[in-house]
Amino acid sequence: MHIPDGFLTPGVAAAAAVPAAGAVAYGLRHARSRLDERRVPLLGLTAAFVFAAQMLNFPVAGGTSGHLLGAALCAVLLGPWLACVAMAVVLTAQAFLFADGGVTALGANVLNMGVIGAVGAGLGLALAVRLLPLGRTAFLALAGIAAWGAVMLGALATAIQLGLSGTVPLGVVLPPMLSVHALIGVGEAVVTVAALGAVLATRPDLVAIRPRGLAPLVVPTAVSGRAS
Amino acid sequence: MTRMRLFFALCLAVSVGLAMGLSPLASSSPDGLERVADDHGFAGQGGLHPVQQAAPVPDYAFPGIGDPRLATGLSGLAGTLAVLALGWGLVRVVRRPGG
Repeated sequence: MHIPDGFLTPGVAAAAAVPAAGAVAYGLRHARSRLDERRVPLLGLTAAFVFAAQMLNFPVAGGTSGHLLGAALCAVLLGPWLACVAMAVVLTAQAFLFADGGVTALGANVLNMGVIGAVGAGLGLALAVRLLPLGRTAFLALAGIAAWGAVMLGALATAIQLGLSGTVPLGVVLPPMLSVHALIGVGEAVVTVAALGAVLATRPDLVAIRPRGLAPLVVPTAVSGRAS
Repeated sequence: MTRMRLFFALCLAVSVGLAMGLSPLASSSPDGLERVADDHGFAGQGGLHPVQQAAPVPDYAFPGIGDPRLATGLSGLAGTLAVLALGWGLVRVVRRPGG
């Protein structure tokens, strides 16, 4: 879903870059003040995994492929705001080192593939684990749905930006963007659930958003008055 | 702490393994947006930014390697390590006292 340069007008690209930059800046503040020292390497490791997984295009229908975006996965592992930073690191490296995704479109790509999915899935799942007595399986199922939803929201945002830029009418681009990403989102859900299942089985204490019963709350992702 | 290191090493090994070993087998079909852009006639509007003309590893093919699979695998290795370093370094920098 990487938008290359030339698809968006400068105005639309700038308008998308503002909330993207804001979310990443907020994430960096979290990294500075609210990240437990022993979890410092996690952001880079998660970003590295997302980069690797994004190279693995899988075929969907009719000569089209898709790959993991990873925003929902990052959000569960790191929390929504650090996830925005991790996704921005991946997308920036892709744009400048691999010429994948535009430079002027970088803000839009961070918004569409990172921020919207990370914040949407992250806040949704954080609320779910707070309100519901979720077991491991139910949590993973919800995470899969969140991952699918994150891809769909990203596709919606991309279509809107293309429409606003006058590149293609929204009514023309929206239906195919949503239908192809509905399939790609299934792959996203599968990879997200598999990766989360593996980490939850081995080191649940390192997962920022997880079912309440799964491990003692060691790491403050949420505001908690209780001592750990 | 050693268990933690072991876990991190395992995570990195999985990532490098995917990026090096599996990426040459990935589908080369256009992705969702590329497909829609092709079908609706706006793919040609996209182009590289002047800075990207100098991208060290354009199109995930490591330069100077004849075998395309090896070129892709090496780009995966390089990219995974670069992203790890960037992410780790960035967090280190923002956490520097007074930084």
